[in-house]
Amino acid sequence: MAVKIALAGNPNCGKTTLFNALTGSNQFVGNWPGVTVEKKEGKLKGHKDVVIMDLPGIYSLSPYTLEEVVARNYLIAERPDAILNIVDGTNIERNLYLSTQLMELGIPVIMAVNMMDVVEKSGEKIHTDKLSKKLGCEVVEISALKGTGIKEAAEKAVKLAESRKAAVVAHEFSKEAEDIIAEVEGKIKGMPEEQKRFFAIKLLEKDDKINEMMTNVPDVSAEIKEMEDKFDDDTESVITNERYVYISSIIGDCVTKNTKEKLTTSDRIDRIVTNRWAALPIFALVMFIVYYVSVTTVGALLTDWTNDTLFAEWIIPGAQSFFEGIGCADWLTGLIVDGVISGVGAVLGFVPQMLVLFIFLAFLESCGYMARVAFIMDRIFRKFGLSGKSFIPMLIGSGCGVPGIMASRTIENDRDRKMTIMTTTFVPCGAKLPIIAMIAGAFFDNSGWVATSCYFVGIAAIICSGIILKKTKMFAGDPAPFVMELPAYHWPTVSNVLRSMWERGWSFIKKAGTIILLSTIVLWFLMSFGWESGSFGMVEELNNSILASIGSAIAWIFTPLGWTNAGEGWKMAVAAITGLIAKENVVATFGMLYGFGEVAEDGAEIWGNLAAAMTPIAAYGFLVFNLLCAPCFAAMGAIKREMNNAKWFWFAIGYQCGLAYVVSLCIYQIGTLITTGTFGIGTVVAFLLVIGFLYLLFRPYKESSSLKVDAKKVVSAK
Amino acid sequence: MTLKETAVGQTVKVKKLTGEGPVKRRIMDMGITKGVDVFVRKVAPLGDPVEVTVRGYELSLRKADAEMIEVE
Repeated sequence: MAVKIALAGNPNCGKTTLFNALTGSNQFVGNWPGVTVEKKEGKLKGHKDVVIMDLPGIYSLSPYTLEEVVARNYLIAERPDAILNIVDGTNIERNLYLSTQLMELGIPVIMAVNMMDVVEKSGEKIHTDKLSKKLGCEVVEISALKGTGIKEAAEKAVKLAESRKAAVVAHEFSKEAEDIIAEVEGKIKGMPEEQKRFFAIKLLEKDDKINEMMTNVPDVSAEIKEMEDKFDDDTESVITNERYVYISSIIGDCVTKNTKEKLTTSDRIDRIVTNRWAALPIFALVMFIVYYVSVTTVGALLTDWTNDTLFAEWIIPGAQSFFEGIGCADWLTGLIVDGVISGVGAVLGFVPQMLVLFIFLAFLESCGYMARVAFIMDRIFRKFGLSGKSFIPMLIGSGCGVPGIMASRTIENDRDRKMTIMTTTFVPCGAKLPIIAMIAGAFFDNSGWVATSCYFVGIAAIICSGIILKKTKMFAGDPAPFVMELPAYHWPTVSNVLRSMWERGWSFIKKAGTIILLSTIVLWFLMSFGWESGSFGMVEELNNSILASIGSAIAWIFTPLGWTNAGEGWKMAVAAITGLIAKENVVATFGMLYGFGEVAEDGAEIWGNLAAAMTPIAAYGFLVFNLLCAPCFAAMGAIKREMNNAKWFWFAIGYQCGLAYVVSLCIYQIGTLITTGTFGIGTVVAFLLVIGFLYLLFRPYKESSSLKVDAKKVVSAK
Repeated sequence: MTLKETAVGQTVKVKKLTGEGPVKRRIMDMGITKGVDVFVRKVAPLGDPVEVTVRGYELSLRKADAEMIEVE
């Protein structure tokens, strides 16, 4: 029978390094069902029947963060055969806090004290034999980075798992607390003896998620009251206190500290990097390098090469002539070349750039700077319901939204991450620049303020969305305490950085790829088929395609936005839809629709036609609509991948399109009122929308204090 | 006095934690409990949050949350 070992420990304790060392390439990376928390599973090297489950890094088994709920539900419901508890030897006091909770689950536990090489270097000594006695589990010394001791730790864990000897709780709270816990344990019926302590403590802590995991819940309100009266504090705090009191009482025996207080290298780095004056310039420099390399130079070079040379010059023409050469039917050639291969190209074109960015992100995360980014930027971003770490996705998003969205993976807090994913594409990306250039050229005499204002519109959209969304029901449930560890700086290993890069890149190809490919093919069909000269088939002119018919059918939706002045609203609608493939397509589509064929990047040829079709205000509204509405398929694929939930994906897309529509409607209606004095029903609607918007923006708001997760749903983590 | 008012470079002892709920639990989970020594290391460049040393590691918390921690 297969043995299951769960890897549990604090964030930044070297868990990922150990997991990689134990499992090698034998890994399966996915998500826990229904949530965006990453789930990693692997087989122990050399043991086909030993499965290692990497639990999310947690500080406690409290019910307040998604990671904690996921981890403890797994531990309680799946009951792994053993827990391998990794403890950071350089930060042992706080790490042991989680250990005291793991010991109470009634599952065999083995403790691996990590970073022993660093501990020894600093002159400290950890007496593992004493630690073992005080905590009631076997303790081994390891260094996951150097690879020492990990084999022994794994062997011992397997042996322990096979023996099925539950951990015996050795730690003790004060007598008063223990008496009350014992009383509650006595009230719990129908549960194995070794699990009672965990549930008794959770009941005392008034843990609202634990009831769902018990068959019958005893009433312990008397015990809770007794404890609160005796200790003059709430039960949750009493228990937390008792744990730390116990740890403090044994730490002196178990660890011989180096008495000489000296600044570590990490301290010295931190002094400069988060210095009051130097921090912001250093931050700007780091961000510049990340952006410059991954977006402007190396990344852009690779992406352009993949898109313009590999696909546009070699693969697509090659395939075209190959299929024509073997006499393939036109529609099939079209499907394969313009549909499938272009779709694959759309997926793969982003990958090289993304991989370059992911190397940077992995480096910044594992060296410890990413936590400082949050530390430095928190003050600005938290006002909009975002995290300090949201800065990086948005910065990258100004180059390309796809890697921007993928970069949101570095944000731990679920709410902040979702908010970042939803708002990152509001920043004008590189592909939106041709649309900006076209509108600026056709209507505004190439004025520079058009482009500038686009960035302000994007930033305003992010800020307003953040404030509005954090007050909505969708986001109200999850509290976001910003109490964050600033881990010591250390040099990451090459293999860890590369592995992280590959995992993220691959998950984009796999999860985002399918939706991108599918939607490209569907849109290809809509664009190339239609009714021409009385029969249905492939069409020469885009004007005769199904898409054009759809455009005509939905053109009325955009009437209030002023796109239909000359009866050509359907062209705007079609252009906006083709923008879903890639935003720069909007310009090319206009070229085709106005019968120019190929046009320059800024569409100079069609400026005259456009100017005749729309008023400048409607045109600016059209521009804003394209900036804010659903991004291209590739970015939508990335959103779907990162949300990992259909409801959230559609909420994000729906919100973006809705906001785009409302904003451009207001721009057109109110702008028209100001310039021409036209007042109509549309103007009234626009003013009502503005008032509604202001209400949403300024209505009062109270932070919720409970995590809105269906614990039962997360339990079925098979 | 609360941790929020503590000057940079000072070491203080935690007297009591006020409030309740997730933020308080989180702060305590991270090791800020009654009687522990907390060294205020620095303030972020924009004035918030603060960085403290507690139980031998670095922790950052917002001033609004630091207000919940009574120290002496």
